[in-house]
Amino acid sequence: MWKYVLRRIVESIPVVLVVSVVIFSVTRILPGDPTFIVLGEFATEAQRAALRQDLGLNDPIVVQYLKWIGSLLSGDFGHSLRSHEPIVDMLRSRLPVTIELTLLSMMLAISIGVPCGVIAARKRNTLADVLASTAAMVGMALPFFWLGMLLIMLLSVHFGLLPPSGYVPFWVDPLANLKSMIMPVITIGTAMAGTVLRQTRTAMLQVLSQDYVRTARSKGAHEFVVVMKHALRNALIPVATVVGLETGSLLGGAIVTEAVFSLPGLGSMVVGGIFGRDFPVVQGAITVIVTAVLVVNLITDLLYAALDPRIKLA
Amino acid sequence: MTSASISSGDTAAMRRSRGHLRRVLGELLHHKLGAIGLVVVVAMVLSAIFAPWVAPFDPAELHYDAVLAPPSARFWFGTDELGRDIFSRVIFGSRISLEIVAVSIGAAMVVGSAIGLTSGYFGGWVDRVVMRVMDGMLAFPVLVLALAIVAALGPDLFNAMLAIAIVNVPNFARLTRGQVLSVRNLDYVQAATALGASHLRVMARHVGLNVADNIIVYASLRASTALITESSLSFLGLGAQPPIPTWGSMLATGMDYFDWPWMGIFPGLAIFVSVLSLNFIGDGLRDTLDSRLYER
Repeated sequence: MWKYVLRRIVESIPVVLVVSVVIFSVTRILPGDPTFIVLGEFATEAQRAALRQDLGLNDPIVVQYLKWIGSLLSGDFGHSLRSHEPIVDMLRSRLPVTIELTLLSMMLAISIGVPCGVIAARKRNTLADVLASTAAMVGMALPFFWLGMLLIMLLSVHFGLLPPSGYVPFWVDPLANLKSMIMPVITIGTAMAGTVLRQTRTAMLQVLSQDYVRTARSKGAHEFVVVMKHALRNALIPVATVVGLETGSLLGGAIVTEAVFSLPGLGSMVVGGIFGRDFPVVQGAITVIVTAVLVVNLITDLLYAALDPRIKLA
Repeated sequence: MTSASISSGDTAAMRRSRGHLRRVLGELLHHKLGAIGLVVVVAMVLSAIFAPWVAPFDPAELHYDAVLAPPSARFWFGTDELGRDIFSRVIFGSRISLEIVAVSIGAAMVVGSAIGLTSGYFGGWVDRVVMRVMDGMLAFPVLVLALAIVAALGPDLFNAMLAIAIVNVPNFARLTRGQVLSVRNLDYVQAATALGASHLRVMARHVGLNVADNIIVYASLRASTALITESSLSFLGLGAQPPIPTWGSMLATGMDYFDWPWMGIFPGLAIFVSVLSLNFIGDGLRDTLDSRLYER
């Protein structure tokens, strides 16, 4: 197992290298002179030159890249050009919001998608199957920002049940926190539920036609036991993989959803950084998002291998 | 074998490729959801092309007597905060959205296929380096990479197109490479090489043509993702800039006018119906191709 883990980590080094080059290159060509952002329009040329020297902008681009990588490895993400706040502190306050949003969305998606997928597969070609499959297609086609907007119109503006925007940390007021998360979680979870539902249905259909399921039935096992114990356990392996691989889409969805509900997460940090031409902020947030995707993909890969004993690890 | 016989082989391959696409399209029309998707998308493309004749008003025309007017016989989808007809703006908005999707997916298809073709055909260190770069780009969530590129280049219509094209290049490169690896060592390719055909000729005429239909089908599957990415960029203010009407930017404006819900509902509905139709086509194509695979 450790050999396999090590091999996967070594294999991902070139990918991480490419990712870091892309992030660095893209954020370094952001339009606008950073000295104007820090010093404003009325600073002298001498002040600007000193700041450029200070920020290392006069170094060759390769040196700048290596310095950036060195700082990242030592946990130093730099400072915001606008607020001068350490990026690490910004990440520390925003990361929990995005993690909470994505985890709750994932839980909602699984709790809707898996049971509905099982029912759709068990009742194949019946009204229940058609309804579940249609709902999945609708869920997957709903743009995050539109669904978010419709929820605000209905639950906040029309019925006044939930706050339309804003965020309260869980440790400050758990109830208010959950209230502020309901609509964003439904927004992302609905689309994800569609994907989980379809994957569960397909996997269940494949498993239900296997010999061992027929054997279990012929032995007189109760249908509930056949479905839950024999079929679902095996069908969940590809479902778990899809859930893991959807982390990228979830985090992409979080960016837009955070914008709709004014949630102070990583997504709004990226968007705020882009509009403020604050390249260290954009760099820091994107680095964390992509690292999270890479790590979750790696864990998914390892989990898949661990869950399915047929997969040889080394 | 002469060069003339190679040419006739090329023509046969081309005919086979076109014939295959036509057959797939024919079968798609017999797939219930695929046919619905195709009809809706064709209708949308036609309304986008003939927008000046389909839309009742100019999308920028201000109706001072009907600011924020609800849907009515005169203004089917109501009017916005400046009194502009939302139905006309949705119709003209489809032009921008479909143009961005078509151009960016077309460009990604051409560039990605060329990269995948070269990488898969030559193999070796070229393949290893190119594919690691593609893997690196694939590690980014689509919207995050698109956002970063637009941020670097500046928000406008062309840069949004470019960003969507760039984020889709690795997908096409990966697919093409896989397809090329499966035909690279077939007899007819070996024969063409043995007859002295240049690498470029073998790649373009013998290998490329035989993987082209699968790539075109895949392009239709990527279209809905491209549409969502474009709408998201516009919604965040990083797509086409005002006064160009886009569905995403119209929806973003609607976010400030919750008491006038039609401002956001109709542009969102347009995105939803388009994405759903493209997904229907994608599902139909997948089912059609899967059943062909099982038949083999």
